[in-house]
Amino acid sequence: MNLFDIFSNIEKVDAEAADRFSFYNRRHVLKFGAKATALAALPTFFSSVVNKAYAALPNATEVLKYALTLEYLEDAFYKKGLATSGLIPSMDRAIFAQISKHEDAHVKLLQGALAQLNVTVAMPTFDFGPAFDNYQNFLVYSQSFEDLGVRAYKGQAGVLKQTDYLTVALQIHSVEARHAAMVRALRGDKGWIQGNSSGNAVKEVYAGEEVVKQAGVYIGGLPGQTDNSASEAFDEPLDEKAVLALAGLFIK
Amino acid sequence: MNPSSITSAQPEGNPSERKAAVGRRTFLKSAGFTSAAAVGLFAAACTDHNGEPPAGVFDLGQGDLGALNYAYALEQLEAAFYTKVVASEAVMGRFTMQERTIFTDLKLHETAHRDFFKLAITAAVNGDTSKVLPTLEVNLPDDLFATKEKVLTLAKTFEDLGVAAYNGAGKYIENVDYLLLAGKIVSVEARHAAIISNLIAPKTAAFASDMEVDPASGLDKALLPSQVLKIVTDGGFIKTAFTAKYLP
Repeated sequence: MNLFDIFSNIEKVDAEAADRFSFYNRRHVLKFGAKATALAALPTFFSSVVNKAYAALPNATEVLKYALTLEYLEDAFYKKGLATSGLIPSMDRAIFAQISKHEDAHVKLLQGALAQLNVTVAMPTFDFGPAFDNYQNFLVYSQSFEDLGVRAYKGQAGVLKQTDYLTVALQIHSVEARHAAMVRALRGDKGWIQGNSSGNAVKEVYAGEEVVKQAGVYIGGLPGQTDNSASEAFDEPLDEKAVLALAGLFIK
Repeated sequence: MNPSSITSAQPEGNPSERKAAVGRRTFLKSAGFTSAAAVGLFAAACTDHNGEPPAGVFDLGQGDLGALNYAYALEQLEAAFYTKVVASEAVMGRFTMQERTIFTDLKLHETAHRDFFKLAITAAVNGDTSKVLPTLEVNLPDDLFATKEKVLTLAKTFEDLGVAAYNGAGKYIENVDYLLLAGKIVSVEARHAAIISNLIAPKTAAFASDMEVDPASGLDKALLPSQVLKIVTDGGFIKTAFTAKYLP
């Protein structure tokens, strides 16, 4: 499975990752909502990786493979959601059809880019657990995937620095952010992330979003600002280990 | 590694590219601009008769400094716009409670970006304020705020433009910390664009419409600083002249 190629690359960079991932992934695949005890252990894992300066993925090819894996996940999720009869209310279908169209396009774009490099990444088999049981579950997963996607692309900016790949990654990144805001609004939440509040979505996706200081400037202390507005005004990146620990939960 | 493989899907020559270009023209038209618009303040201020910038006109600068000053200019414009929206009881009175909360949030976010850039740039040039873009005088006449629709349309214009501007400028940023900061801001601008677009056309594909996001590639727009500044100039939104001689 190609996701594990990515894991193995991470392990080369971070020897300890193997131990952590062997618990959270591989044979011990977790499913959201299905294995509460294992999920409960995630925050400990997160506190150990979030806000830590890990080496990023080694090169642009690895970033493209990583991005494609995440896009496969989103694409499969929306296709299944749209195909599940009675799940998405008719008045909201236009929104998810548009999102699905973009994820499908992202998959094809990244596949094409990797094909030029003679690299293929097979689509993993996904298990989304209770995501399609009802519309509220679907929205929770959708919001979590989109907000996670925004953080994931942002986390690789440095690897792609000053390349045309960066521009494309940014052009996908802002689309994921548009999706995230729309789905958040459907759930009655703000389009932007306040503190590390998940609004009852997957809480680990929001770990580390509560930053109120940027480049040494305390944004919360600027005129008119509060810690809430300071955290909303800047989205935070997430490194590939944290992202894959979450995405890996859905791979069979 | 050949970056052209992936860029072939973005605006510049192939069919999906042409589609994006058409989208851009439509965007400008819908925003009230035309591509053949008269030369505006910015362009007029760029050169005098000898092709040299007029004395005393601020230039955004080169490299990362230029990119930061460029972002600071756009954030000043956005912040001024939302500050004016929120300050007017008449304007705010046309919106629902929920919409007023959104505008109040947007004002806070954009003023945070603006004030942050001023401090960050000043620090980056070791306090040499001659290199920091001055406070710009904006030109946002009351007529732009006359109806709910006008305010929403202009908000959408500024947010979509902000997204395209950061997307297009990103690859010219050398310092990875600055690049990451731009990334932290652009996704918030994209969230704004989606929410404002959804106020204009609720529960439709407007939040990420085919006009903004090329349906073939799923890519948002990316515009060069010169393209963005032309739109700003043609719109007549900024009175203070400045140049961007060293930016693409």
